[in-house]
Amino acid sequence: MSALFVLIGISILVAGGFLAAFLWSVSKGQYDDDYTPSVRILFDDELKKTTTVSNSKTITQTK
Amino acid sequence: MYLLLNENNLCNYYDLDKSPGLKAKGKFLTERYAYLEDEATIRQLIQFQSDEQINVTFSIPQMHCSSCIYLLENLHRIEPGVKQSQVNFQQKEVFIIFNPQETNLRKVVELLAFIGYEPYISLNDTGTKTKSTANRRQIYKIGVAGFCFSNIMMLSFPEYFSAGNIGVAGLKETFSWIIFGLSLPVLFFSASDIFISAGKGLRQRFLNIDTPIALAIIVTFARSYYEIIGGQGAGYLDSGSGIVFFMLIGRWFKNKTYDSFSFDRDYRSYFPLGVTIIENGEEKNIPITQLQKFNRVIIRNEEMIPADAVLMKGKANIDYSFVSGEHASVEKKKGELIYAGGKQIGSAIELEIIREVSQSYITQLWNNDIFVNKKNEDRSFIHPWSRYFTLVLLSVAIATAIYWAVFDHSQLWPAVTAVLIVACPCSLLLSATFTYGNMLRIFGRNKLYLKNASVIESLAKIDSIVFDKTGTITQTNMAVIQYEGLPLSSHEMAVIKTAARQSSHPLSKIIASSDNDMPEKLLTIDQFKEHTGRGLDAVVQGISVKMGSVGFIGSDNEMITPDTGTSVHVVLDNIQVGKFAVQNQYRPGIGEMIGQVKKQGKNLFVLSGDNDAEGSNLTEIFGANTQLHFNQTPQQKLDFIKEQQQKGNQVLMLGDGLNDAGALMQSQVGIAVSDNSAQFSPASDAILDGSRVSQLDRFISFARAGKKIVTASFILSIAYNIVGLSFAVQGLLSPMIAAILMPASSISIVLFVSLYSSFVARNKGL
Repeated sequence: MSALFVLIGISILVAGGFLAAFLWSVSKGQYDDDYTPSVRILFDDELKKTTTVSNSKTITQTK
Repeated sequence: MYLLLNENNLCNYYDLDKSPGLKAKGKFLTERYAYLEDEATIRQLIQFQSDEQINVTFSIPQMHCSSCIYLLENLHRIEPGVKQSQVNFQQKEVFIIFNPQETNLRKVVELLAFIGYEPYISLNDTGTKTKSTANRRQIYKIGVAGFCFSNIMMLSFPEYFSAGNIGVAGLKETFSWIIFGLSLPVLFFSASDIFISAGKGLRQRFLNIDTPIALAIIVTFARSYYEIIGGQGAGYLDSGSGIVFFMLIGRWFKNKTYDSFSFDRDYRSYFPLGVTIIENGEEKNIPITQLQKFNRVIIRNEEMIPADAVLMKGKANIDYSFVSGEHASVEKKKGELIYAGGKQIGSAIELEIIREVSQSYITQLWNNDIFVNKKNEDRSFIHPWSRYFTLVLLSVAIATAIYWAVFDHSQLWPAVTAVLIVACPCSLLLSATFTYGNMLRIFGRNKLYLKNASVIESLAKIDSIVFDKTGTITQTNMAVIQYEGLPLSSHEMAVIKTAARQSSHPLSKIIASSDNDMPEKLLTIDQFKEHTGRGLDAVVQGISVKMGSVGFIGSDNEMITPDTGTSVHVVLDNIQVGKFAVQNQYRPGIGEMIGQVKKQGKNLFVLSGDNDAEGSNLTEIFGANTQLHFNQTPQQKLDFIKEQQQKGNQVLMLGDGLNDAGALMQSQVGIAVSDNSAQFSPASDAILDGSRVSQLDRFISFARAGKKIVTASFILSIAYNIVGLSFAVQGLLSPMIAAILMPASSISIVLFVSLYSSFVARNKGL
């Protein structure tokens, strides 16, 4: 049964790790804007201006 | 696809596509941002500065689609000096890093303005940074409380299921001490706001809603710690931290505001930051705060007049739409007085300032006391409830204590603390926060954006409604366009619209967006020239178009009926074909809404800054017994509201222009009506999208229903409390039942109010 004590300690450590990850992500501003990144990922990195313009249009269309 | 092109046109892709006609627009901007070269101004605007980079965040209200994000994030392709630009769409902000050796702040702002995203620059709105850190702090607290609550809950289960008799030696104690440790951050970090608020209330000798909650939390934690330290049991820390967690979530839900709106703007947010003055024959840029009487200022095209002044030189054509909502511009002659807040349209003019900025006609309203003393917001009807609740609770606890003191000493403390814990008023608080939070969301979905939840309660109490005319019950942007003259083919219409679309004049915008059952086609423009304030000249697919005032067109054809309102005359290929007559249009559904509101027994008033030309139309809509007041100055509007309030009326004011700002502030609920909610709105309690004015009656009745919902859930939670208390006073309440009852009652109340308010909203057609 003493394994239980170890397991409880581990479970709290794991949960604490998630809490730390959450607090870190909040402090890094990951929750400040939950809309723009979802749009940004759709833009292609193209160099020619004319093609990028038409690309962004198709994006608007699909939205 | 044409629709998309059109949308992209709004996004100003054509600026990128080298449309020669629009380049001219950049010219007049060059002097407009001259003040951005002033060191002191720069320092206030930027966030970080080094030799190689400057970080700055601009608020850009025009941002509205994903193409905007694309364009703004690719600024570095247009201007190599910009190193990085990042958009926050919901805040409508762009964060820019640029190299000061390659470009400067002024050039960056000019670039933004040139591509159609003129940043909204105000030294007044510099508090955004602190707001976001406060927001994060709240999320930290919720995160910590959630983590501790769930772990405590998990470690408490063995205790429940074994009914307090865990077989393994030492396990029970270990659990208790881990729970003890986990509860500390909840008590000292997550719950700190509740204690601070309760303490503030007590210092002002006022029992606010947080007082009983703070009391319950303290008692819960204190008794649990006593039990754990004494080795008697695990206490009630699971429900104690549960309360804190649920309450923090409820508050976050209620306080989730509309990031891109600003409700507390005063005139300083709208006036320019700097002006050009002439001193000893030399032009000089100074901050607007240093502007003094007798200064000579130069106002260029599209610039705002910062203070009341007399025209000295040039041809003034002033657009007061910012102040009054009326789009027609007014011509002024030399020596005439020009009030602050108007915009010059046309060539540059020279003015002599006769009053300082803060003493000017439109701004002196802000010297009124109402702008200094904020409305007393925390007079919610929940507070009296919480006071009674606390008093009743305390007397029950005392009665229990006396009873057990007489009959059985050993039961005294367990029974008293059980009373205080089980009667936790959190369900009271939860019901109000979740109801109003959900209502705020429903209002927001219907484009009525409230400043905070207490506005809902004020809105429910309203018995008088005051309307402004222009822009509130009439539409400014969607004025009715009537074409009179020779019949036009759909192609000719498209030509006219294409030309009008290139112009920034409000009337052109109306024509461009008008719906004359013609296909939405975008034609190529061969030539375009705007004669600001007068008209435009263009060649579209080989057809020459000339549009503008009678004077600009040059001829006066007999077939055209005399002008009644504002009109735009059109010449196609040197033939005068007709005119667009622009008339104020009442918003659709206004009449119905007025009828409904009257049925609700409200007193109605109309205050208009205009003359009584529309009097008969208004009487038709509002009925004979509604008072109509015309030619009202901003001060008179404010005084009228005050007068109504002195009669004991609860006044709701709807207005749009800067001239309504005083009245909006004075009234119990001031709703700013805006056709473009991202752009301009005076300080107010709520911002309402113009298209939804006709739903006002529903909004009010929904707000009234809110009070009923909260009351119903109060009754429900009191029923819970009575059941719980009746066990607790007898000393029968085991920790397990208390622990199950409390989260269950909280969750059921949250569910009840959320579902009920959504149901009522659907019933009311919202």
